[in-house]
Amino acid sequence: MAQPKEVIKEKSMVLQKEMLAKQFHDLSTAKESGKKVVYTFVPGNLTELILSFDMLPVYPEINALQSGMRKKSASYIKDAEKMGFSEDVCTYVKCDIGMMLNGNIGPTGEKLPDPDLLLLSYTGCFTFMKWFENLERLYPGVPVAMLHTPYQEDGQITDDQVQYMVKQLKEEVIPKMEQVSGKKYNHDRLSKMMENSARSEDLLVNVLESAKRVPTPIDAYFAGVYYIGPIFTAFRGTEEAVEYYSELWNEVQQRIQLGLGPITPEGELKEEKFRLVMEGPPNWTNFREFWKIFYDMGAVIVASSYTKVGGVYDLGFRHEPDKPLESLSKYCMGCYTNMNLPQRVGMLEQYVKEYKADGFLINSIKSCNSFSAGQLMIMREIEQRTGVPVGFIESDLVDPRYFSYANIKNRLESYFQMLEQRKIILAQEGTTV
Amino acid sequence: MSKYYLGVDLGSTTSKAVIINEKDEIIGRGITNTRANYAVAADITKDEAIYNARFSVLKKKLEAEMQAKPEYRKYINDLENVFQYEQFKVRLDKLGDELLKTCRTYFKDEETQNLMIGHLRNIRKAFKPKIKHEYLYNNLGAKSQFFRDIVSEKYNEEVGKLDMSLFEPLMTVWDKSISPAENERVQFDFKELVEKAMDELKKKYKDLPDTAADSSVNFDAEMNLLRGNFDQVSNTLSHHIDEIAELEFNISNMTGTGYGRALLPFPQECIRSEILCHAFGAHAVFPETRTVLDIGGQDTKAIQVDKYGLVTSFQMNDRCAAGCGRYLGYIADEMSISLNELGPMAMEAKKDVTICSTCTVFAGAELRELTNLGEKREDILGGLHKAIIMRAMSLIARSGGVFNEFTFTGGVARNPAVIKYLTELVRENYGNDIKINIHTDSIFMGALGGAMFARRNIKADLPSAKKSKAPVE
Repeated sequence: MAQPKEVIKEKSMVLQKEMLAKQFHDLSTAKESGKKVVYTFVPGNLTELILSFDMLPVYPEINALQSGMRKKSASYIKDAEKMGFSEDVCTYVKCDIGMMLNGNIGPTGEKLPDPDLLLLSYTGCFTFMKWFENLERLYPGVPVAMLHTPYQEDGQITDDQVQYMVKQLKEEVIPKMEQVSGKKYNHDRLSKMMENSARSEDLLVNVLESAKRVPTPIDAYFAGVYYIGPIFTAFRGTEEAVEYYSELWNEVQQRIQLGLGPITPEGELKEEKFRLVMEGPPNWTNFREFWKIFYDMGAVIVASSYTKVGGVYDLGFRHEPDKPLESLSKYCMGCYTNMNLPQRVGMLEQYVKEYKADGFLINSIKSCNSFSAGQLMIMREIEQRTGVPVGFIESDLVDPRYFSYANIKNRLESYFQMLEQRKIILAQEGTTV
Repeated sequence: MSKYYLGVDLGSTTSKAVIINEKDEIIGRGITNTRANYAVAADITKDEAIYNARFSVLKKKLEAEMQAKPEYRKYINDLENVFQYEQFKVRLDKLGDELLKTCRTYFKDEETQNLMIGHLRNIRKAFKPKIKHEYLYNNLGAKSQFFRDIVSEKYNEEVGKLDMSLFEPLMTVWDKSISPAENERVQFDFKELVEKAMDELKKKYKDLPDTAADSSVNFDAEMNLLRGNFDQVSNTLSHHIDEIAELEFNISNMTGTGYGRALLPFPQECIRSEILCHAFGAHAVFPETRTVLDIGGQDTKAIQVDKYGLVTSFQMNDRCAAGCGRYLGYIADEMSISLNELGPMAMEAKKDVTICSTCTVFAGAELRELTNLGEKREDILGGLHKAIIMRAMSLIARSGGVFNEFTFTGGVARNPAVIKYLTELVRENYGNDIKINIHTDSIFMGALGGAMFARRNIKADLPSAKKSKAPVE
């Protein structure tokens, strides 16, 4: 393979890098600064609430994906398997456990602090519960708070469900946070943060929806995972997040004005050949190689479900300053993987149509049940409802053993040729019929 | 001048080439085993397709005469067989040279060298007439057997007759020689070779015994017609044969596909995914096809196509190639029988033995265990064939099921037991009304699809190749 060129970065990417560096530095010095540390998850996260107690969040699945991108996951997974974790266990879990076994060194090379609170704020993924059971054993004596998130079985969030969650927040989560942080719950501070959240969410939606333009100024999957970074993790509700999203939206607007295509690590995508909607998380161990296959084919992802795992803002949800706990509850229940399958199909169908996609592609992840369950049904439904060609590839989150470059490239090449051939032949048919 | 189009399908086990005319009719087929050197495999299969195409053109030209005079048909078919034998002879000489070369370098002392060379000469002397007989009297040329397989079978047979101590050195010499011999493309002069074949045929017919009764060869009515009449037939046809020998085969466009497509010496825009080619080929032959199953050497593909033969979705086996052609190859090796015998033997199965198909290597272990438990070979083989189809059924289900007509392609489609279980299971799962198509050319479908893309000049029009001029919807 050719030597990778120097990666081209947008200004907002530099900004994000600085934010993350500061975040991990703050974490590495948390014990000295006396800040309490909460381990929690991205989907249905209670970031504003954690921050309102002046505590610092750590997201194990973000650490796992970072380890995957830094080529460290293979040895972490191996160590977890040595400990007895089966080959079939979610590789995020094994990568995270392996990282802890190896001194818990984070993506910036600084050590991550041990948790003061284990906050399981989302139960839509069953593995999360098992993951935290393991963390509880690894960090004996650390308090655990669990928030049960009802699944949207009937395709809607009811008042009862909201009240059920608010009750848990008031009786289980907040008291534990008060106990760990030594601070009282501050409604006004939380409300103020939610204003920032809603502002960032508006800006993020602008960015993501810019991909409705033909050609699109952004890639909503490979670049999208960077765009969702701050809002899905430690920064939602902060001034920094608002600043980041303002900068990002400015950049995207400039790109639109100049008629520029999406930025990729290989350079700007000059010719948009195929517009795709993507379902499923990306592979992290070979992220750039994976992206390059698309770039080389002139394919761009205009919408994706993965960029909704930490909140489906484009369907209208915003954090509400006047009802912070209710709104956090609705947020938790509204995440993509907490939506039932008909809702997911409906959303993806809408994406294919509104984003004028040429195709629908699924990256099925070996170790992720939350995503993989129902994907074949989703694929068939999308094919029937929209008529676009559908494709299916398989890889894994952070286990490099399950990323077969040759197989994936072969399937994607076939898929893109299929789209291309369809365009040409249908165009010929159109002229002769 | 007529225009011709070439499709080359470089599979993991076999390489196929198809030449079509301007009406999408197949006029030439070539097939060889895929070897380490892809370019050579592609060239050999392409050369074969061109030779075959010359014979096709000849037959087409003489269609009316052949109808009226069966002896013409007999002569031309015989000629094609002997022509194959002439090619075989040249390749055998190359192999002979390689074997001698290996002997001289591999064995250090002269005495052993001479001993081995002596044995090699005897082996060759023993099997060459047998193979010649197969070509001349038993249509070996029409059986699509590869040089390597034909020779290795006979070589092993002869080595088996010798002292056990010679087995290892002679097999080592074989292993070291066959690949270099195979990886060299031999350029034949069609005219020269066809003339040699005509001479050989002359001898064959001159030597024919007078009456059917005292003959060891199979007699048929056509051969009877040729006897005594041979010179006349040969003379009448010879100028037609000269004509096709001199015919210039202008390949206007070509497409490369298959597992090894990226390694074909073709321009980038002529390389196309085998999924599209198989679907396009199968759809061209059976236009009502909406679902295509292709079982190749190392992958199985379930493909859905629309009324234009365009792929709408596909599913392929991932991570594991159990249940593909190679699985059968492995099982044949484990049972020490040839791949061609597997299917017919499995057809004899009297009961269903359940065999797990998750892993090819484990299937070998399971096979031994079942044999140990007293299960009959044919029943085990029946179970193995069913296991392959069970896996294929799961892929078909993943791709959306079976719609309208169902077409089965790929090398495995030649296996009668595979067809039996596939038909059973497709009907069981998708109803008795499903029409199942299996064409005698099923192994060539990918190459055919490729040639058809070439004729339509539909390029693999991706940004990495050329820019598209076609309007976008």
